[in-house]
Amino acid sequence: MDKKMVTELEGLAAKIRINSIEAIRKVGAGHIGGSLSIADLLAVLYGKQMVYDPKNPQWEKRDRLVLSKGHAGPAWYSTLAAVGFFPEEWLWTLNEGGTNLPSHPDRIKTPGVDATTGSLGQGTSLAAGIATGLKMQGSESYVYLIVGDGELNEGQCWEAFQFIAHFKLNRCIVIIDENKKQLDGTTQDILNPFDIAEKMRAFGFSTQKVKGDDLIAIDQAIEDCKKVEDQAVCIVLDTIKGQGVKFFEEMDANHSVKFDSKAVQEATDKALEELRKGCV
Amino acid sequence: MFTLADNHEIGKELRTTVVDALKEAMAIDEKIVALDADLGGASKWTDLAKDVPDRFINVGIAEANMVGVAAGLSLTGYTPFIHTFGPFATRRVLDQIYLSGAYADNTINIYGSDPGFAAGHNGGTHTTWEDIALLRSIPKVVICDAADEVQMDWIIKEFAKLKGVHYVRGNRKGVKKVYAPGSTFSIGKGNLLREGQDYLIVAAGQLVSEALEVAEMLEEKGISTDVIDMFTIKPLDKELLLERFGGKKAVITIENHSITGGLGSAVAEVLAENGLAIPLKRIGVDERFGQVGTPSFLQEEFGLTAEKILEQVKDL
Repeated sequence: MDKKMVTELEGLAAKIRINSIEAIRKVGAGHIGGSLSIADLLAVLYGKQMVYDPKNPQWEKRDRLVLSKGHAGPAWYSTLAAVGFFPEEWLWTLNEGGTNLPSHPDRIKTPGVDATTGSLGQGTSLAAGIATGLKMQGSESYVYLIVGDGELNEGQCWEAFQFIAHFKLNRCIVIIDENKKQLDGTTQDILNPFDIAEKMRAFGFSTQKVKGDDLIAIDQAIEDCKKVEDQAVCIVLDTIKGQGVKFFEEMDANHSVKFDSKAVQEATDKALEELRKGCV
Repeated sequence: MFTLADNHEIGKELRTTVVDALKEAMAIDEKIVALDADLGGASKWTDLAKDVPDRFINVGIAEANMVGVAAGLSLTGYTPFIHTFGPFATRRVLDQIYLSGAYADNTINIYGSDPGFAAGHNGGTHTTWEDIALLRSIPKVVICDAADEVQMDWIIKEFAKLKGVHYVRGNRKGVKKVYAPGSTFSIGKGNLLREGQDYLIVAAGQLVSEALEVAEMLEEKGISTDVIDMFTIKPLDKELLLERFGGKKAVITIENHSITGGLGSAVAEVLAENGLAIPLKRIGVDERFGQVGTPSFLQEEFGLTAEKILEQVKDL
């Protein structure tokens, strides 16, 4: 990836973070931690890897994204707005009555959203089904499936992974956001996931583990996935919940953040100021 | 338009009926896909693997994933049919049917086999007397209970043309014939099979044939009876019910299902909401779990044979 592209993706990642935080702050509270941990991934996907047309969201040849960890909706919406699926103003209606941007993605309401998710685990099977359908049609489109590490508590994920591996759905790129925290605490404390990459390998996936804030590494990992034939593919992203904003990274319970104190507001203002410097 | 069968012998196995109907539908529409969860031998859907290998998927023993994969196929323009035993096609995967299916406006056609006493030797774990109650609570889901092979054949072919989530329950084995070949139906329209003045019987599924027998026996006792085959439990044909309630001394519902939340409850709601004080007798299973036994033993044990039903309704 050339320097110009890196700068561009950095700018997009910053914009995703800024708008996710602003949208959630406006509504008073929301899923900051898991939104920020996938901002860099979304920048690589929508800034470089994915094939799509914001003017024609249902374009047959588009790549699909299934955000199985649906609570990170704000990050996805910020991305979709940034690349032109809908006006940025929509972001300031997040979770308001009658909005097109509900907390968890809804394919009926939001242009660019292909799969309705929110009940954890279910997106994995949806992606498996979409990848199966595309394969049956001889399509060359990719399906990007983003799963949370806490979400892996759900048994349905493992049903779907067996399916994806068995049918060698190599155009379904499974990306696990290992941010090491879930709502009630660390994944270690709540339900030990052990070594996720090793588990995925044992399930039959060609698996890579990369730093989740390294745009070049994420991009390369996706490129490597695209070279794999005859085997399911997985990328485990080593991320931090709240990634990219030190204040949120260090916050203990950052799954859902309430913007109800002066301290949080001031820290957020400072963080946004920093992020805006990187947003060209 | 339907006509009644000229005999009430046991017909073709419903599972074979489903497979044959699917084969026909799949030959016409290349977007139809069939999925089973390692019960292809029990459902005979493995036959589809021979005919249309590209469009039959055995997902393994993973029902939740099967529903999600079906929804994903719908998202790429396919019309999926899925099968497993009734309880695993409904109560085990309720959230998947709700969200990945109905809420997300996807198309999934579900055949839940061996409802209620049809579970036979598979016993209480495999018995579903709550599937209709569960699915009735989900907006827009269509629920059918097939009376016989002719109706099952029509239902499968009709589902193949529609968008949305549709559920049909039915025995895998053969059941008594009710309809003559070539009969057609309408989703959401009950079928008035017999007209009378005293009682209104509303039945569904394989107990429609028992309902007709009960009506015969009541006739001998001087009680004349309407019989409606309410094969679509949702949406319910309220119009037909309201038309036939008039002047009746009693309303009787007959279902191979719990009396809570199924056909009996649906009919009770229509009676109550319209201020009609007609005595209602709901024949079905009341606060009991299933158990092992032959289907005929279980039908008798749970009071769902024509004779047992008659005992419960003759003195209304």
